[in-house]
Amino acid sequence: MAEKILMKGNEAIAHAAIRCGCDGYFGYPITPQSEIMETLMEEQPWETTGMVVLQAESETSSINMIYGGACCGKKVMTSSSSPGVSLMCEGLSYLAGAELPCLVVNVVRGGPGLGTIQPGQGDYFQAVKGGGHGDYKMVVLAPSSAQEMYDFVDLSFELAFKYRTPAMILADGVVGQMMETVELRPMKPRLTNEQIIEKYSSWATTGKTPGRKQNVVTSLALDSIIHEQLNNTLQAKYRKMEEDDVRFEEIMCDDAEHVIVAYGCMARICESTVEMARKEGIKLGLLRPITLFPFPTNEINRLVPQLKTMMSVELSAGQMVEDVRLAVNGRIPVNFFGRLGGIVPSPDEVFEAFKKAINK
Amino acid sequence: MDVNDIIKPENMVYSKTPVLTSTTMHYCPGCSHGTVHKLIAEVIDEMGIQEKTIGVSPVGCAVFAYNYVDIDWQQAAHGRAPAVATATKRLHPEKYVFTYQGDGDLASIGTAEIMHACNRGENIVVIFINNAIYGMTGGQMAPTTLLGMKTATTPYGRTKELHGSPLRITELLAQLEGTCYVTRQSVHNAASARKTKRAIRKAFENSALGKGTSFVEVVSTCNSGWKLSPVKANEWMVENMFPKYPVGDIKDL
Repeated sequence: MAEKILMKGNEAIAHAAIRCGCDGYFGYPITPQSEIMETLMEEQPWETTGMVVLQAESETSSINMIYGGACCGKKVMTSSSSPGVSLMCEGLSYLAGAELPCLVVNVVRGGPGLGTIQPGQGDYFQAVKGGGHGDYKMVVLAPSSAQEMYDFVDLSFELAFKYRTPAMILADGVVGQMMETVELRPMKPRLTNEQIIEKYSSWATTGKTPGRKQNVVTSLALDSIIHEQLNNTLQAKYRKMEEDDVRFEEIMCDDAEHVIVAYGCMARICESTVEMARKEGIKLGLLRPITLFPFPTNEINRLVPQLKTMMSVELSAGQMVEDVRLAVNGRIPVNFFGRLGGIVPSPDEVFEAFKKAINK
Repeated sequence: MDVNDIIKPENMVYSKTPVLTSTTMHYCPGCSHGTVHKLIAEVIDEMGIQEKTIGVSPVGCAVFAYNYVDIDWQQAAHGRAPAVATATKRLHPEKYVFTYQGDGDLASIGTAEIMHACNRGENIVVIFINNAIYGMTGGQMAPTTLLGMKTATTPYGRTKELHGSPLRITELLAQLEGTCYVTRQSVHNAASARKTKRAIRKAFENSALGKGTSFVEVVSTCNSGWKLSPVKANEWMVENMFPKYPVGDIKDL
């Protein structure tokens, strides 16, 4: 039997990092995700796996530390919450432009500004549409349980290195703070420097050995033709992600006439709403995007012919709903229900909103 | 006697280090960057650490440093090089990691990063080019711009009342416990270039010894920004920059 431990979602991130062979964590404290660095410091992985853990002077610095580590072909990560991730957007743009793999965890709280330390999903646009400057995307994974917080660390690194791109775990305060049992996966060793050279010597700054060309990691290309090519390369990667790496979960969608689209903690809540609806004979299903980018556009397309309505339920003023509407493209009504300010609606509240919307 | 008779090993008095590439530099004539690049390349060559050295280039004129020094490079966002170098060195303790930064990069937008990297005593080398102006963007005021100095954003001269006084960040960094070697040098003549090279070598050696952060400021010229010929710029630097930025070791532990 694999080891199962009761822990917070945030703690799961820390344990997963140590156990999946992460080389370095660089972060700055911010509620509601400080347990990630606290757990790492308590575990002292530098004594066991050799993983480096460092508290940076700011989120600006931690994302640039990630940049340095990623340049070396190392598995590096940081974590923060909304205001901190805003500070990291400069770095994220550079990481994307320089085609560097890394993991950034955003345990989202309510905004804008200093906002609230209560949960939110108002950073969807920032995560999925860019956030920093320029035409770039990240792999964005949305966990809805502590187990997924754990499992998505390794998955994020896998996708980040597969595409040489930053990956983000877009969690929320609920998923970060709630305690659940988590199954610890088998330990994976960190790559040795020799293995890194073997795998990534075409681009990583592992030291210019005789006979190998100099490796320069940069996002700069002043020549317009070269710069357009660089952008085309990035865009081609994003299209490939959309083809090969869309992940989602469906609950009771097979015979559904209505589908709620929700991610993270809201998907957990909407599962109960689906049960309520089914008891009343309403054929409601749930589509839970696991990758917010790439978005399950094709799956929504596939579902639309059997549906009367869709509804996006979010802890925001309506962000993911725009992507749902783009996928639906006007064929059926797409409703929206959201709460703000850190208020998490109950399954009943969602159900009432759903009924009101379909009976409009 | 033709050129092939002259170019013989016994006649060789100078050769370019192979660590310096043959790429034509984009720097303006008289600019200090080229000289400092050459000194770094020579130190890397003489110490035999080309395979073990990783440079972090800034945003500014030296953004293209990677075109000239033949080692692996990481191009950092504006001011963030010390953070980038921090992780690189911690993940590769056996490597020599250095940042190369200008005054806008290091002493303005990157103040937090340099202060904290130095305060943590990261075992890195910092080469700081102080020419008292933003070169790349066209000669705007830098934090190190002298009072009275005319720049694109201080067309009537920098005043203390409007812009504050020139920032002597090197003296500030010398106060931090993490720095082991803090020095200010220049490269305006052969003797000063030789001294700067010795300082750079010492900084790299400190890094291997794990003594903390070594910081080498090079008071430099920017002919285009200062609108002076190379010779005049050197004279102006000695006359005006040196009183505010005196050359010599500030800290050597």
